[in-house]
Amino acid sequence: MGAAFSAVYVRDLRLALRRRVEALLPVVFFIVAVSLFPLGVGPEPQTLRQIAAGVVWVSALLASMLSVTSLYAGDHADGSLEQMILSGQSGFVVASAKAAAHWTVTGAPLVLAAPLIGLLMDMSGVALATLVASLLLGTPILSLLGGMGAALTLGLRSAGVLLILLILPLAVPALIFGAGAVSAVDSGLSTSGHFSLLGALLILTGLTAPLATSFALRIALE
Amino acid sequence: MPTNHAVPATSTDGLPTLAAIDLACRRGNRILFRGVNLEVRKGQATWLRGRNGRGKTSLLRLAAGLAIPESGRIVWGDTAVRNAPGYARQRVYVGHANALKDDLTVTESLTFLARMHERPSDPASVQAALNLVGMTSRSEALVRTLSQGQRRRATLARLALEREASIWILDEPYDALDADGVQAVNELLHRHLAHGGSILLTSHQSPGADAPTMVEFDLDPFA
Repeated sequence: MGAAFSAVYVRDLRLALRRRVEALLPVVFFIVAVSLFPLGVGPEPQTLRQIAAGVVWVSALLASMLSVTSLYAGDHADGSLEQMILSGQSGFVVASAKAAAHWTVTGAPLVLAAPLIGLLMDMSGVALATLVASLLLGTPILSLLGGMGAALTLGLRSAGVLLILLILPLAVPALIFGAGAVSAVDSGLSTSGHFSLLGALLILTGLTAPLATSFALRIALE
Repeated sequence: MPTNHAVPATSTDGLPTLAAIDLACRRGNRILFRGVNLEVRKGQATWLRGRNGRGKTSLLRLAAGLAIPESGRIVWGDTAVRNAPGYARQRVYVGHANALKDDLTVTESLTFLARMHERPSDPASVQAALNLVGMTSRSEALVRTLSQGQRRRATLARLALEREASIWILDEPYDALDADGVQAVNELLHRHLAHGGSILLTSHQSPGADAPTMVEFDLDPFA
């Protein structure tokens, strides 16, 4: 089981490394999207600080969704997905490995880019730290949900749009708790509730999304 | 969920038989074939024939357990292929698509497939397998740079990694291969049958004079 996980995970990382430009596009999108807000909303620091957490979270969400559409499409097209399912390895493990690889290539860089963005939006140190922590818990949730969406929309026309429509509602709780944690810290309130819920969401998603993904993949191959 | 390595009870006599019983297949609104009864026993190679669109690939996918029959059953030993314990381990499916990643080298692609299927994946075994299909000189090349025939050889190198008797379900294995490639594949097929394995394949071209003896099964009458 562990061997299958690492085989899929390492392979996906290797593939991303060989297409570095494509792998970095989501992060570039994230930075560009967030940078547009000070331009559109006005450079008033007070306003920016208020909307910062929400803007960063929504941009991270959209960047994740845009990059996840191709998670299974390539493997489906060249027959690799078929072989992974036929191998008898647990579909749960394969789906988890794909989501983990997606997070490593897309989610983790978003978390690392967040401090940069926070400075752009004139966030306080504590708010920034809370934002980064919330993204650290939240981006894996997005990768897991995104993987499920990609599997469900595999082979369909307009898969990208369908995926966003399907997954965005499911990602809303993470968005609310994640951005809400930063608002709480700005108001001097405790964030333990937000982080507990975010953590619970991560565990719940980690247990259910790969299962749903593996069923969706089998259906896509029939 | 760990992979199930339990082997069906019938295997004390060797590899179980793959049997299609009154099998029917649908694609969209069309019934491709119905009432197909077919057996592939250990040591036997079956050449599935039929015109384009008759459902040869669909039958292979049913045999592999990728699709669900419209009616009838397809069984491994006495259990439906989709539920047969240990079938994943005893089956090798090489479809039309090569399952090679453009951005990986031949060695990396083959090693990944070997790992997933729990076959020998150490460098020595992988190189030996590539050698058997004549791909040694291109083993470190990116799959993207290979010709169609070379990609097919690289895919078929998986067959050279097999150490135990299994059923090989092959969809157009000779596709794009030159005479040397066809010969290499036929040698693999001979060896496989001699070790008690079984084969179910489709091919538009004749397998050639040096191919093992094959039972022909024509799908046309079942449309």
